[in-house]
Amino acid sequence: MIMFAAAAAALLAAMALALARAFAGPSLSDRVLAGNSFGTKTVLLIGVMGFVAGRPDFLDIALLYALLNFVATIAILKFFRYRTLARGLGAEPEFKEAAPNSGEAP
Amino acid sequence: MSAALATQTPNAIAAGLVIDLALLTLLFIVAVNIARQRHLFAAVMLSGIYSLLSAAFFVSLDAVDVAFTEAAVGAGISTVLMLGGMLLTARREKPVSPRRAPVAFIVVTLVGAALVYASVDMPPFGSADAPANRYIGEEYVQRTPKEIAVPNVVTAVLASYRGFDTMGETTVIFTAGLAVILLLGIGSARGGRAVRDKEEEE
Repeated sequence: MIMFAAAAAALLAAMALALARAFAGPSLSDRVLAGNSFGTKTVLLIGVMGFVAGRPDFLDIALLYALLNFVATIAILKFFRYRTLARGLGAEPEFKEAAPNSGEAP
Repeated sequence: MSAALATQTPNAIAAGLVIDLALLTLLFIVAVNIARQRHLFAAVMLSGIYSLLSAAFFVSLDAVDVAFTEAAVGAGISTVLMLGGMLLTARREKPVSPRRAPVAFIVVTLVGAALVYASVDMPPFGSADAPANRYIGEEYVQRTPKEIAVPNVVTAVLASYRGFDTMGETTVIFTAGLAVILLLGIGSARGGRAVRDKEEEE
């Protein structure tokens, strides 16, 4: 029990750190990465919360969150590279000026 | 955690409370930062983070189905939709005149105070005497194992007892989706813009 509480506290601290990066930026990839790792921490926290509450069935939910988080990150990155979702991942980017790390584009 | 309260040790309840408080604090910090953020992409990413946080909070309140919806719609779909909308506008929010800020602050404070005032009248959290947990709710809990035979009562209510209602909701959501596509333009979903369409005609 104490172990799980300590794990939850560590996860909350890690979430706060990821949040600080998402606030500060400055580049686009910083923020995408902060959002993604924040999602991972949420997944872990839900798992730990299940054990703290004595109901580990929450692990299934955590798994589904992990899937969602992955798909959302891919969608965001793809959107920034191709400016659309209806396009194969191997295709040439349509707008060359919007490189993935140019957070300050016009 | 209301349903499991009876079987939990006091330590587990205290740990759950601390986690809830920490989650609410993080939600508050994120909300303030979204409001102060002028960089639109950062605001979109922060709103995704806000959705993830509130989904975790809903899980800790035992509202698993709401948490699913929040994570799928809030962190998944609406982030992409807002990015699609952002591509059609500027990357930065225009500065708002400082004279308008106090009015907005007063309105927000009043609405918040009204909500807090309304919450005073609500039955205590997890109370067995609350109207939601008596009458028809009790009936559903008793009947679901016999009639529908699924472990989750909420699923049984949504998909079976109120099936027509859910179908109507699906229609509403479909209509809302159509409206969003009309607003963003079907071209933006496929990567086309009004400007580019003109170029293609030439």
